[in-house]
Amino acid sequence: MNTEILGIIAMFTITLLLAIPLGQYMAKVYAGERTLFDHVFNPLEKLFFKVSGINSKNEMTWKQHLVALLTINLLWFLMSMLILMNMSWLPLNPDNNPSQSADLAFNTTISFLVNCNLQHYSGETGISYLGQLWLMFLQFVTAGIGMAAAVVIFKAFKEKSTTQLGNFYDYFLKSCTRILLPISLVIAAILLIEGTPMTFNGKDTIVNMQGDTVQVSTGPVAAFVPIKHVGTNGGGFFGANGAHPLENPTYLTNMAEMFAQFIIPMAMVFAFGFFIRRKKFAWMIYSVMTVGFLMLAVPNIIMEMKGNPAISAMGIDNSLGAMEGKETRIGAAASGFWSIVTTVISTGSINSMHDSSMPLSGMNEMLAMMINSFYGGVGAGILNIFIFIILAVFISGLMVGRTPEFMGKKIEAREMKIAMIVALAHPFIILVGTALAAAFPSVGTAAISNPGFHGFSQMLYEYTSSAANNGSGFEGLGDNTPWWNISTGIVLLLGRFIPIIGPVAIAGLLAQKKFIPESAGTLKTDTATFGVMIFAVIAIVAALSFFPALALGPIAEYFSM
Amino acid sequence: MKKEILSAIKLTVVLIILLMVIYPIIVWGMAQFTSGSGNGQTITENGKMYYANIGQTFNDDKYFWSRPSAVDYNAAGSGGSNKAPSNKEHLQLVQARIDTFLIHNPDIKKSEIPVDLVTASGSGLDPHISVKAANVQVKRIAKIRGVAEGNLQKLIVSNTEKPLMGLFGPERINVLKLNIALDNFK
Repeated sequence: MNTEILGIIAMFTITLLLAIPLGQYMAKVYAGERTLFDHVFNPLEKLFFKVSGINSKNEMTWKQHLVALLTINLLWFLMSMLILMNMSWLPLNPDNNPSQSADLAFNTTISFLVNCNLQHYSGETGISYLGQLWLMFLQFVTAGIGMAAAVVIFKAFKEKSTTQLGNFYDYFLKSCTRILLPISLVIAAILLIEGTPMTFNGKDTIVNMQGDTVQVSTGPVAAFVPIKHVGTNGGGFFGANGAHPLENPTYLTNMAEMFAQFIIPMAMVFAFGFFIRRKKFAWMIYSVMTVGFLMLAVPNIIMEMKGNPAISAMGIDNSLGAMEGKETRIGAAASGFWSIVTTVISTGSINSMHDSSMPLSGMNEMLAMMINSFYGGVGAGILNIFIFIILAVFISGLMVGRTPEFMGKKIEAREMKIAMIVALAHPFIILVGTALAAAFPSVGTAAISNPGFHGFSQMLYEYTSSAANNGSGFEGLGDNTPWWNISTGIVLLLGRFIPIIGPVAIAGLLAQKKFIPESAGTLKTDTATFGVMIFAVIAIVAALSFFPALALGPIAEYFSM
Repeated sequence: MKKEILSAIKLTVVLIILLMVIYPIIVWGMAQFTSGSGNGQTITENGKMYYANIGQTFNDDKYFWSRPSAVDYNAAGSGGSNKAPSNKEHLQLVQARIDTFLIHNPDIKKSEIPVDLVTASGSGLDPHISVKAANVQVKRIAKIRGVAEGNLQKLIVSNTEKPLMGLFGPERINVLKLNIALDNFK
C-alpha cells in the first residue's frame, strides 16, 4: 500500500491505542486516586498550593468555579498586554523585534488566552523570545483551564445529588503538572533528536552554496512546539507554523506532533467514561466523533492527493497531488489528514497552507470548526459535545413523549435555554462577523488576497477560526489591521467563554437536582440510536446555519473551476 | 473575591517559575546532548556552514533546482504563497514556471515535469524535492557537467531518503545534500 496512506493509518491507530490508557490515567488524576508519579507531583503541588494560600480540598459550587476561572484569566490578560507592548526593551530579544501595537497586543493576548492562537504577527519578526516564552506559558495554563472546566462536568454527573463540584485550582494545576507537562517533555525529546533548535541566540546569517546571503531565524523552538500541540493551542513559533522545517523537520516529527495534538481530546472522552463509570457511554460519544471526523478527513485526503485539476490541465505530472503550499517531506496525504485533525480539535497549527487547499477541502476545514465537537479542543470538545447531547436528549424526549432525562437528571426549561444560547451563539458570531466584514469593503474585502469566491472564504474562515478558538487561517488575509484585530478579538472572547460558562452552569444546575433512578421509561443514552440522534442534531445545527455561507464561498469556487 | 485575586496572583507566579523557566531549561539541557547542541542540524562543507533542514535557492543550471519559494529561501521569515487553487494569477505563474523549465531542459517532455517543481511550498524553505523532480533534471546536468547520466542516477539513489522505517511517508531528496554530493563527484 502507498506509504503516505500507511503513515496516516499509523498515526490514527497509535493515537487511539494510547488514548484509552491515558484516559484512564486522567480519570484517576481528577478523582484524586493514586497514580504512577505521585511521589514527584504530590509534594510539588502541595508546595504550590501552600505558597498560593489555596486549600485544594475545599470544594466549590459551579458559580465559585466560574469566579475563580474568570479571575485568573483577567489577571493573565493584564500581564500579557504589559509584556507584549513592552517587549522591545525587555530582555531576551536578540533580534531586536518591536513591541506590539495596542490592537495587535489585544488580539494576540485574547487569542492565546482563549487557547486559540490566531496570529496576526509572524513569529520571526513580531515577537521577542520573552514574548514567545510568555505565550508558551499561556499555552500550558489555558489548556489547563479548558480541562478543569470539563472536569466540573465530569464531577456533576458522578455524584447523585450535590452542589459541591470539586476544587477548581486542584483540577487546573493537576492538568498542567500531571498531564500537559510530562507529555510535552516526551514530545520535546523527539523534536530535539530530529533537529528542532532550542537556543537563545538570535538570527544566524549564512552564505548559501550559490552565494546568496540569507538569515536563519531560530530560538527556543523545541520547548514551544510540544505544548502548542499537546494543549491544542496551535500558535506557530515561526510564521509558517508546522510547515516550517525547523518546527517540523521530518516525517517522524510530523507524526509526533499529530499524535501530540490528537491524544488529549481523544483521551478526554475516555476519561469521562472512566470517571463516571459509564464506559459504554464514552464509546458511544467516541463513535459519533470518529464517524464525523472520518467523513471530513477522508474526502480531504483524497482531494489533496488528486491535486489541482487546473494544473493537471496544463499537461504536467500531477501525481504528487496539490503541492502548492505543501512540504515534500510531509506529502499531500498527511497534509490533507492534518488539515482536518487540526480543525476538528481546535489546534489550528498547520503543516500546509490551508489557503491553497482545494475548494472543498477548505470547506471541510471550515465545517470541522463550525461543528467544533468531533473530539474538539482539550476540555472544550467535551463542553461542546455536552451541549449537543443536551439538545439531543430534549428532542428525543419530545419525540417519544417522555420527560427528557440525562444521567438521572431531568432537563428542564432553564437548562434548555442555556443550551440553545450556547448552540446558537457560535453561528451567530461567525456569520455576523463575516457579514460585517463583507459589508464594509474598506476594511473587509480590502484585506483579501484572492479574487472571487475564495476571497469570501478567506473572511469566513477567519471568523470561523476565531469563534471555534482554532487559530488556523487562510493566511493570505491581510489581518493585522485594527478592524481585524479588534473584531476577531471580540469573537474570540465570546467563542471561548460562552461555551465554558453555559455548559458549566447546566452541569451545576443538573447536579443539584434530585437523582431519579433509571426505569423502563428512561431514554437510554448509551445506545447507537442515541448516537445517531446526536449526530442528527449536529448535522442540522451546522448544515442549516452555515450552508448558505459555504455556498457563497468554497462551493461556488468548486463549481467555477 | 479579594482572596481569589491574591490566590490567582500567587499561583501564577509559581506556575511561571515551573512552566516558563524550569521547563524550557530542562528542554535546553536535553538539547545539549543532541547533535548540533540545540542550534539545529548543520552541514559544514569547504569551510561554509549550512542548515541541513533549511532549503536554499538553487536555480543555476549546473545544480539540481529547489522548489519555487514564496520567501526566496530567506529563513529570516517563512510562508507560502497562500494562493487559491482557482486564482488565475497563480495559475499563470505555474504555467510560466513550466515554460521556463522546458527552456532550460529542452530534452524533457512536459508530461514528465512533477508538480512539486512548479509549486511553492508551505514554508518557502522546503529543503526537499521528490525523486521524480531530481530525475527529470538529470539530462540537463549531465550535459552541462559532462557526466554520464547513469552516474547522476546513482547519486540520486544514494541520496534518496526512504519513508520512515520503510513504511510511513513519502520518499524525498534533500537538495542541498544532493548538490554537495554533485560538486564532490569526480
